[in-house]
Amino acid sequence: MFDHTVSELAALLRDRKVSSEELAALFLGRIERLGGGLNAFITVDAEKALASARAADARLARGEATPLTGIPIAHKDLFCARGWKTTCGSRMLADWVSPYDAHVVEQFDRAGAVLVGKTNMDEFAMGSSNESSFFGPARNPWDPSRVPGGSSGGSAAAVAARLVPAATGTDTGGSIRQPASLTGTSGIRPTYGAVSRYGMVAFASSLDQGGAFGKSAEDLALMLNVMAGFDERDSTSVERPKEDYARDLARPLAGLRVGLPKQYFTADLAPDVASCVMAGVEELERQGATLVEVNLPNQALAVPVYYVIAPAEASSNLSRFDGARYGHRAAGYADLNDMYRKSRAEGFGAEVRRRILVGTYVLSHGYYDAYYLQAQKVRRLIARDFAGAFASCDVIAGPAAPTVAFPIGEKTSDPVQMYLEDLYTISVNLAGLPGLSVPCGFGEGGLPVGLQLIGNYFDEARMLNVAHRFQQATDWHRRSPPGYGS
Amino acid sequence: MLSRDDIRRIAELARIEVPEEGVAALQHDLNGIFDLIEQMRAVDTTGVEPMAHAIDLTQRLREDRVTETDQHELFQSAAPRVEDGLYLVPKVIE
Repeated sequence: MFDHTVSELAALLRDRKVSSEELAALFLGRIERLGGGLNAFITVDAEKALASARAADARLARGEATPLTGIPIAHKDLFCARGWKTTCGSRMLADWVSPYDAHVVEQFDRAGAVLVGKTNMDEFAMGSSNESSFFGPARNPWDPSRVPGGSSGGSAAAVAARLVPAATGTDTGGSIRQPASLTGTSGIRPTYGAVSRYGMVAFASSLDQGGAFGKSAEDLALMLNVMAGFDERDSTSVERPKEDYARDLARPLAGLRVGLPKQYFTADLAPDVASCVMAGVEELERQGATLVEVNLPNQALAVPVYYVIAPAEASSNLSRFDGARYGHRAAGYADLNDMYRKSRAEGFGAEVRRRILVGTYVLSHGYYDAYYLQAQKVRRLIARDFAGAFASCDVIAGPAAPTVAFPIGEKTSDPVQMYLEDLYTISVNLAGLPGLSVPCGFGEGGLPVGLQLIGNYFDEARMLNVAHRFQQATDWHRRSPPGYGS
Repeated sequence: MLSRDDIRRIAELARIEVPEEGVAALQHDLNGIFDLIEQMRAVDTTGVEPMAHAIDLTQRLREDRVTETDQHELFQSAAPRVEDGLYLVPKVIE
């Protein structure tokens, strides 16, 4: 049963074939038995989970269930959840218990989902391997000596290992799609503004967007139906009517135009990944889609632009961690300034410190125009490239990551090598577009590969339709890592 | 190229203590990152409107009503040091 999708589990719950309490106990048992080696969770709370499972059972009995009622889920540990530790993978917040709920947490609560734990992540979501976590790296269930990707590595590993049926994540530069690709899970980052950022610890506010991991595109649609929607507490939440993301799942692909950016299929892409991705694209073609080449001429500038904009926004957002109001405070200091300096030096890990310094520099007097303003202008060019591409296609297809999962420790000594891991995802964040990754095969070492689909603004239902049709014809998404399947 | 003095100056602006023996490694890492960033500086962006946000937004106005209640005790329960409802920090003015 742990291999079931959310929609399958929801049907069993509705038909009273299983209770929510039994499901919670099943997944808690798996976390206990199999989870230790993966370090996918920072916090697990069996007592809270079982209590909310019993509440879900009562709701199911009253006939007031939603599709998520009674389904165990996990939140990435940067979604504030009242009464839960919310660490952001950092020493800075290692003991911080949130006094309030994020909008996303509230929405899942209202839907009756059962929160079992908070997942491991790169510190403050800065990383592509989960190795920058203060709580140690999460591991990839397909090969525990390898990374699960990041920053939402814990959520990806947990779903891949069937420790939870679905989990939330966030994607600022690829932090959902890249780990989904590396762990053989399905993951979606919606259009910027679709999911409220209220209560989501901020990294780079113009790029951050909450999203979801699951075992199927259909599950992602169910998750988005809960998460997405207008929230006045986030000034960038987009005011638009609630939509059913599952409405178009079954639509045939005949007539679909799939854009293939020539800049995505170059020597930077590992051959094993390229052949899985192309096989995936051919399946779409078999179902009636037509392939068109599209041009994203400024694609190579996306990573450099991102490493101005994201650190700049991070340096501003993370200035709130001052050791005075909450979070880590150093034990000894000479004066107020010294308290700031020491608390921040101790509370933040190496990657976070680096990015704060880069951001501080590019925003400092005399450098703003040359870096931040220039980056914002090139960002516009990158967004225009996509607008041009969508004139001739409905979705763009390509890889989500340049390689399969890499060994833990391989890229930690060179920050730039780690940054290039997000080569195919970052431009989507800069443009604010939605993107998803679904499993499309296995590359070297039997490790999973993801097919990335990029949609136009608020075109998630169409992307999920394409992903769902793909999954109706393939079974990559149903494969589980050895030792974690049935 | 960032010098060691640049690193010390940036660290001071960012309020992050960098021990003297850590300056060289940071200088190396940051210069590597700025090498990457350099690629976008050469692009001709004459006449291009800067893109501050992913989507065009206008600031919303909401009805003027009370939406927050006073929860200072709950919020301050996470503070490193509090006294009489105030956050305690080292003395700033002698």
